[in-house]
Amino acid sequence: MPTTTQRRQPPVDYIPRITAQYSGLGYGEYRWLESEDAPNWVPLSKPLSESKLGLICTGGIYVAGQTAFHFKDDTSYRTIPTDVDTSDLRATHFAYDLTDARKDINVVFPIEQLRSMIDENALGSVSPNAYTLMGGIYSTRRVVEDLIPALVDRVLADEVDVVLLVPV
Amino acid sequence: MGLIARAIEAAGVPTLSMSSARDITRSAWPTRSVYLDYPLGHTAGRPNQQELNASIMRDTLSAFESLTEPGAMAHLDYRWSDNDDWKDKVFAPVEPSESAGGSSEYDDDRVARHETPQYQNEDDHAAAALTHDSEECLVCAGIDY
Repeated sequence: MPTTTQRRQPPVDYIPRITAQYSGLGYGEYRWLESEDAPNWVPLSKPLSESKLGLICTGGIYVAGQTAFHFKDDTSYRTIPTDVDTSDLRATHFAYDLTDARKDINVVFPIEQLRSMIDENALGSVSPNAYTLMGGIYSTRRVVEDLIPALVDRVLADEVDVVLLVPV
Repeated sequence: MGLIARAIEAAGVPTLSMSSARDITRSAWPTRSVYLDYPLGHTAGRPNQQELNASIMRDTLSAFESLTEPGAMAHLDYRWSDNDDWKDKVFAPVEPSESAGGSSEYDDDRVARHETPQYQNEDDHAAAALTHDSEECLVCAGIDY
């Protein structure tokens, strides 16, 4: 019987596929993060409609005029003003197809969606600063020692109520 | 990104992570996550589809209030296309192509990992050089990092 909608496949298992590919290409082994302990849990202090949201995205996004990311283990971050004109946002990256991100940056940096949530009174506000990263960093030590403390400091200084993370 | 989410939560701020790679996110185990079954590079939606993307964001943020258990993941009910053929092509080995010199054995978007800034276009490179030279460089001034 013909059907227009075919049965769904399960989610893609990226870890074995990417590991096999790296091995086939002769790259060094990428050690995927395997957390062994359950994460901390902090309850929301107020409803979302009254909350100030912080935004952190990987995907190699920068504003025209900023120094771009480089592709090898870049542990720097960029501060993106959240009132930015999205036509000034750029994306460069070694690890994903950028075609759609360059058509519409909101697919990896969802600022217009968040603005419409505020317009609908479903979200209180967005922090004036968002932070963008490169990702794909081989050294967990550098992430833990350099990048994470800097980002945690920024998030606390921004006094946000919740943080949304958007990896690619 | 999972490590960052866990660290922010440990510092006392509730976090929510979007994901289009369920196994990677499960392995990293952030406090709250929302899985959207779209190809990589579309974590938050599809290009130029504002209403759809706003709907995805509405459903995503609702997980802040619906998830109740540390490490829980919500699944969003959106589909990339009527069939899931795109999943067969993700990081899948393909036959070496004669026309490509036989060098490409994999269907892969990855490019070399350069150690210099990679700009989307040359104008951006010039604009960054200008702010750098006028000592307004946000990165060098330590405002960024």
